[in-house]
Amino acid sequence: MAGKSILKRVDWLTIFIYLALLTIGWVNIYSSTFTEETISIFDFNTLHGKQFFFIGVSFASIILVLALDAGFYERFSSLLYLISMVSLLGLFVFGKTIAGATSWYDLGFFNLQPSELAKVATALALAKYLSDIQTDIKRNKDQLYAFLVLLIPAILIIPQPDPGSALVFFAMAFVIFREGLPIYFLGIVLLAVVVFITTLMFGTIWVSIFLALIIILFLLLKRKTFKVPVFPMVSVAVIAILFSLSVNFVFNEVFEQRHRDRFSLWLRLEKDPNKLEKIRKTIGYNTYQSEKAIESGGFFGKGFLEGTRTKGDFVPEQHTDYIFSTVGEEWGFVGTTTVVLLFTLLLLRLVYLSERQKNPFSRMYGYGVISILFIHYFINIGMVIGILPTVGIPLPFFSYGGSGLLFFTILLFIFLKLDSNRLKEGI
Amino acid sequence: MKKFLLSSIIIIIGLTFIGRLSYLQIFSFSPDQVMEDPAIKAIYDYPERGYIYDRNNKLLVGNDPAYDVMVIPREVRALDTLEFCGLLDVDKEKFIKQLKRARIYSPRLPSVLVPQLSKQDYARLQEKMRRYPGFYIQKRSLRYYDTNSAANVLGYISEVNERDLAKNPYYVQGELTGRTGVEKVYEDTLRGSKGVQYIQKDRFNRDIGKYKDGALDVVPEQGKEITITIDKELQEYGELLMNGKHGGIVAIEPSSGEILAMISGPTYEPSLLVGRKRSKNYTKLYNDSISNPTFDRSISFEKSPGSPFKAINALIALQEGAITPSTTFTCRNGFYIERSKKGCHCGGGTRNLNNGIYKSCNAYFVGAYKKIFEQFPSNSEAMDAWEKHVKSFGMGNYLGSDLHTGRPGTVPNTKLYNKWYGIGDKRWSATTTYSNAIGQGEVNVTPIQLANMTAAIANRGHYFTPHILKKVEGKDIKNPDFTEAKYTTIDKKHFESVVQGMADVYKKGTASGVQIPDIEIAGKTGTVENYTVIDSVRTQLTDNSVFVAFAPVDNPKIAIAVYIQNGYYGGRYAGHIASLLIEKYLKREITRKDLEKRMLERTLEAEYAKPYSGQPFKINERDWSKHTIKPKTEETQSR
Repeated sequence: MAGKSILKRVDWLTIFIYLALLTIGWVNIYSSTFTEETISIFDFNTLHGKQFFFIGVSFASIILVLALDAGFYERFSSLLYLISMVSLLGLFVFGKTIAGATSWYDLGFFNLQPSELAKVATALALAKYLSDIQTDIKRNKDQLYAFLVLLIPAILIIPQPDPGSALVFFAMAFVIFREGLPIYFLGIVLLAVVVFITTLMFGTIWVSIFLALIIILFLLLKRKTFKVPVFPMVSVAVIAILFSLSVNFVFNEVFEQRHRDRFSLWLRLEKDPNKLEKIRKTIGYNTYQSEKAIESGGFFGKGFLEGTRTKGDFVPEQHTDYIFSTVGEEWGFVGTTTVVLLFTLLLLRLVYLSERQKNPFSRMYGYGVISILFIHYFINIGMVIGILPTVGIPLPFFSYGGSGLLFFTILLFIFLKLDSNRLKEGI
Repeated sequence: MKKFLLSSIIIIIGLTFIGRLSYLQIFSFSPDQVMEDPAIKAIYDYPERGYIYDRNNKLLVGNDPAYDVMVIPREVRALDTLEFCGLLDVDKEKFIKQLKRARIYSPRLPSVLVPQLSKQDYARLQEKMRRYPGFYIQKRSLRYYDTNSAANVLGYISEVNERDLAKNPYYVQGELTGRTGVEKVYEDTLRGSKGVQYIQKDRFNRDIGKYKDGALDVVPEQGKEITITIDKELQEYGELLMNGKHGGIVAIEPSSGEILAMISGPTYEPSLLVGRKRSKNYTKLYNDSISNPTFDRSISFEKSPGSPFKAINALIALQEGAITPSTTFTCRNGFYIERSKKGCHCGGGTRNLNNGIYKSCNAYFVGAYKKIFEQFPSNSEAMDAWEKHVKSFGMGNYLGSDLHTGRPGTVPNTKLYNKWYGIGDKRWSATTTYSNAIGQGEVNVTPIQLANMTAAIANRGHYFTPHILKKVEGKDIKNPDFTEAKYTTIDKKHFESVVQGMADVYKKGTASGVQIPDIEIAGKTGTVENYTVIDSVRTQLTDNSVFVAFAPVDNPKIAIAVYIQNGYYGGRYAGHIASLLIEKYLKREITRKDLEKRMLERTLEAEYAKPYSGQPFKINERDWSKHTIKPKTEETQSR
């Protein structure tokens, strides 16, 4: 394979899925921004026209990404990281505010969102740091540094405010985990999430009783061959209960009402129909409308450009974060399932590709790509179909937005470039 | 292992998403969501309700356009209130109050601001309305009655209620539907079907075009005009004659079964139940429990028919071979039932069929009734045969007409007497049930059944189911239920002698006082004893006055039954009213002005007040001059 044209070595299945998602995405942007007056589909005054232009730009960037030497990305990852951090810092001075968030640079013809660049750069930098011969992920100091690589951009992005993008950097911790972070880290995170949710739903007392029951169950199952770590288990349980108490405190004292409402809506905590109706009209409006739009699509959907709720602009932000509801309304269960399957297939393919890398940098970068794409896909669709709280985060390759599309493309194709070079020596 | 962990998370999330999506899009999905979709608004286009004409193509019910000024509070912009009020010709305070009320009802939905503008105001305002966003004029159509009679026939329309909505998915809240009478029975024909336009809305409730380019829109279908069998002139005249009298009158054309008039007294003006005052007026009418104007006595009032029923017994006796026209019975100013004497008003003497009928001799018909029973080996068989014959005249069951209501009446039978007296020939007999012979006791019929019976006699053995619908959109109806003759179980040959007897009733019998020049009538009077309960004591009231007749005797054009409550003997009120109506229908004018005046002036209000007076009262008073009242002034007229 080595020496053959890049076109022969690149993973065409991934490219095919990428193109499929891009096409479906654009069709739905067209539909959700369509008005009867539209004359040309490529009119740059329309959002779908602009998106079409960015698709072209993205294709150009693919050529560039694939043309560059594979070694370039590893070599310049630190510099790229530095540049992106500076650009994030620069937002505090030169940033342009859109919809309340100072996340853009005004470049005249389009607005650049540096957090998108930071995602690519951070994935590269993290892979670079972790694959460094001197880094030992078992060491606490190196773990800390690795987390710092993720934390810096997150801290810079949170005050924009853009909590959704910040979340993406935390998701990249999965790469560190993949590269040797002990499994209990994941266990602790999972436990924390479970305790958080169950505390809100059932209260601290029930969480405590539940934990106690689990420990008793373990003790009852005690066998000679299976040693139960009684002390660590009890201490974890105690910490969990303390955490649960602090959750109550944070939820009631630190959170603002709008945050509480989001959780109330998500976990169906609010039983009073009047208050529920109020939440539905305010904080839960988006979710309620998008759920209804998806539901109204039924099995086969209403058809292209036939989505009444889409046409009536009932779902806010429908061409960006809520694009999936257009799919739901116009293409029905068939359409939504197709998209979910395409993403699942893409992510599984990327896992497969990452695992086959000989070069640790390529593999770790691959996991970075998976983490980024997965968290976007998971949070976005989860939010649109109403099983996750509202977090503003776009659906990769789908949502309207030039920066997003461009950098997701670059993110993916850098990995494809690395993958195509996996058999070559001395990157 | 960690590789599989990530892959499994991806797959689990994918499955979770698909699970949630199938819940939303497959299990929660309901196909009829067009109506619930906030993005689609259905705008209805109501066709005009069909007109109703009488048999001579005279308009009975039409439509009157009404214009309401509507407001959608949310869309109202700042306006010059004073100028606008001047334009609408309303008080400023009232205007502000109404607007506030509309806003409380719903800021989003239209409310009526100024109801029922005149046509002139409408014309003046129409142009200028556009300058006032949030206000518009809505055209409605109200029922307009070109008569002040026939309320019980025509019925009325009112807003659909929860039950109507549940029963018929066609209706939407706020629509109108026929409630009683022709309006109810022929609702679908008169209503037509509404058109609907689906409009695509955005989330600010603004129109942004047609939904699916109007592919689902429906064009309204006009309501059809119908012609009913009622003769408007006859109906109006009959209601006039019924002034101050309680009872029912039904006139039928024997050759077709068409109902010429259907009068219930007292009644009300149909226009009372139109528009905004409908509900209030209806409650008032409904709560009038003494005169009970919403109760249609012509079709729902079940009472003993009295002597007219003797004609049926004569026919049954002839059919069963119990008598011949020349069979005689002796009347000793009465007759004996188990040693107790029952009275007869015929004057006594030897009675055959002819003078039995025209003198309405009780003794004769009780004798004939006993003879019928003698034709059968057992009383129950005789009773069964008798019941079958009576029922063949349309009594004892619903007639199957196209009227919205009705009562079946009662015809006693073996089962009833077995229940009352016990099973077996010794328990009951013709003697026990003799009151059937003279139409008292257990036999109960409605005026329409009585009229139908008369029509069957007029036709000499068959009748057509009485009906009210004549034409739809000018085309005669072809409903076999109404156009096919129903035959009675009496052979045609037996009718002639009975008809002769009934003709003699008019010539020389009990109704000789009601003769009309040039018209030969066959009729039968009835004077029906009736009782009520006052302070838990069974008390007899003044007899009901009944008359059935058809005319002319040969080739009859009209069969009529008049039932006047507490009118005393048959010839007094019922006979006169019947003769006037027959004259009106056949000659189109009244020659006997004195009689007409007497009937119009006399009311039975005093008679109806007796049971409620709390005082002992006399019944069946000979002197009826007290019934005459001074002509009422406009204000105090009961209708």
